[in-house]
Amino acid sequence: MSSRELILARVRRALADAPADDTPYERAVERGYLREHGRRTAEESADLLAENLADYRALVHRCTREELPDLLARLLAERGSRSVVVPPGLPADWLSAVDATRVPDLATSTAAELDRVDSVVTACAVAVAETGTVVLDGGPDQGRRRVTLVPDHHVVVVRVPEQVVASVPQALERLDPARPLTWISGPSATSDIELDRVEGVHGPRTLEVVLVSGH
Amino acid sequence: MSGTFVGMPAFPKAAHEAVQDLTLRGNLRHATHTIRAKRAAAVAEVSDWALLREAGKQIKDHTLRHLDRYLVQVEESVTAAGGTVHWAADADEANRIVTDLVRATGESEVVKVKSMATQEIGLNEALEAEGIHAYETDLAELIVQLGKDRPSHILVPAIHRNRGEIRDIFAREMGAWGRPAPDGLTDTPAELAEAARLHLREKFLRAKVGVSGANFIVAETGTLVVVESEGNGRMCLTLPETLISVVGIEKIVPTWRDLEVFLQTLPRSSTAERMNPYTSTWTGTTDGDGPRDFHLVLLDNGRTDTLADDVGRQALRCIRCSACLNVCPVYERAGGHAYGSVYPGPIGAILSPQLRGTQSEIDASLPYASSLCGACYDVCPVAIDIPEVLVHLRERIVQGGPVTHEGTKVVLKPAKGHAAERAAMRAARWTFGHPGALRTGQRLASRTRRFHPRTLPGPGRAWSGTRDLPQVPAESFRDWWRRTGGDENGPRPGTADGPAKETK
Ligand code: SF4
Repeated sequence: MSSRELILARVRRALADAPADDTPYERAVERGYLREHGRRTAEESADLLAENLADYRALVHRCTREELPDLLARLLAERGSRSVVVPPGLPADWLSAVDATRVPDLATSTAAELDRVDSVVTACAVAVAETGTVVLDGGPDQGRRRVTLVPDHHVVVVRVPEQVVASVPQALERLDPARPLTWISGPSATSDIELDRVEGVHGPRTLEVVLVSGH
Repeated sequence: MSGTFVGMPAFPKAAHEAVQDLTLRGNLRHATHTIRAKRAAAVAEVSDWALLREAGKQIKDHTLRHLDRYLVQVEESVTAAGGTVHWAADADEANRIVTDLVRATGESEVVKVKSMATQEIGLNEALEAEGIHAYETDLAELIVQLGKDRPSHILVPAIHRNRGEIRDIFAREMGAWGRPAPDGLTDTPAELAEAARLHLREKFLRAKVGVSGANFIVAETGTLVVVESEGNGRMCLTLPETLISVVGIEKIVPTWRDLEVFLQTLPRSSTAERMNPYTSTWTGTTDGDGPRDFHLVLLDNGRTDTLADDVGRQALRCIRCSACLNVCPVYERAGGHAYGSVYPGPIGAILSPQLRGTQSEIDASLPYASSLCGACYDVCPVAIDIPEVLVHLRERIVQGGPVTHEGTKVVLKPAKGHAAERAAMRAARWTFGHPGALRTGQRLASRTRRFHPRTLPGPGRAWSGTRDLPQVPAESFRDWWRRTGGDENGPRPGTADGPAKETK
């Protein structure tokens, strides 16, 4: 017998005494929990997102669509970035004021090459106000997972209000499980030394989130 | 279950030794008390906690009830998404599968994300025996690996080490494994984290094979989920060309939507955060992004035996948050190593004896590593009634009865009088040396009085067989004392008025 058959047979035997249950799954679980915690306007949700991101040490900025190119240029300049990864679908004008060398997100680039790049700028798929989370789904304006991982400085742009949801349940509804997802809540951190949160281990040690309004 | 700490003394002896270690106790006390308060605050933020907890329990119970169906569905969906599914009945088989997969890549090293399942099967040792180096990349696992130590906590395996000890381990050992620690390394957590970042980066950048576990597998979509903090998980999941995930069969949830429960309850229960820094989900392989080859190894290794026990199977709901460790008065004093397993604390006390059976002295003594105070049940985000399972396992050990071992029903003989008596006395002596643990235990005992047998469950039974068990009073002495105004604060643990009065 293969291990597959063996394990399945063991499971069936283990459950032989369990009472029959053919409740369809939609009715098997009581889902009386909340879809969101409290009622907020779009503006309040954006405020809460900013507050929770900052609480976990992300640097949060807010601007209008017109101000975005200058703000991004300033953030990269202040950081002294000489190179920046640019996903293929990032709106062309976002980085129009940036001096740093643009590094394309290529299938052939190696992790070691990415390690020499200073920054990365991306959009996102959705942001969650209650938890201070930004989710990437690898879309053309976000790039491959590794480009937001290896460089030490990640600037992510959230379109407010349309990309902001209140809660985790609402975020999952908007996301496609077939795509590789990365949920980011603050910069890389660890609680491994005496259970104290310390920022900055392997992922980008600086996370800047730009909430941009007006399209 | 392999990965047993070989030659491990039974819990009371190991715990006794740990209690003597003042540094260990200090480290544990500091860490668990810090996280306890934070967890309570993080949970209080969500007004529907009780409903989330109940939903989590129901999702897991439903999945376990239909586990055969969901396993087949996982196989179909992961395969359809481009992954390859392997089935491992036990630790040896899982290790063999992983070793062969790594060999097939021609590589001799792998980077690993912290995973309880791979610790449980002793994968690192198995790979090492075949000449394959496994590098742990989680900061705490790195501390454990470099310190040639054993993990002592589910979430923070190096919880027993303070910053000074970590500094010494890094300074002494990093050079032998790769990039040495920077000169003049101090013990500030930020510097220690930086040293780990530099040390591991070269390993990530050249790694061709990654090994992980997973927190969840979604049956309907074939999606795996890894919840982490540091980014080492992302490194291992996305940079290598080959990814091998070893996952216990109990990690399945039926639908994508089910994650809305666990992504709310897990971070708050484990690190007391609204959300952990990074959560990765992936479904098979993605063209041009991440590993080209993805292998899922579905691991039984005692889980189906656990499933066969209608009281004990609830342990399979566990999402490994470690909240029960952090509130446990016995864990706080004894430390993780005393449990002789990669699963320490209350969950370890019910999981290890079920996964491994109770043949060894340590496993037979684990169900006694508790005062039955119930704090673990209160915090558990999937409502596992750990005290209920503990009492059930004690009964099983002493009275004997049917158990399933490696898929076969066997009848366990009652523990022999002499040995059982000794075990009971050892456990009793240990508990009596810890009045705080005893106090909470007694309070529970009187609250659940009507369920109590006339004879003691556990090894106590052989002993009480010839001595009638005194009735548990309706109210414990301490509660009576407090209620009648004897002492507003009640006696404090460790004070002279300790257990002697209460055992009357
Ligand atoms: S038993 Fe419950 S509290 Fe303990 S680790 Fe598992 S899920 Fe968490």
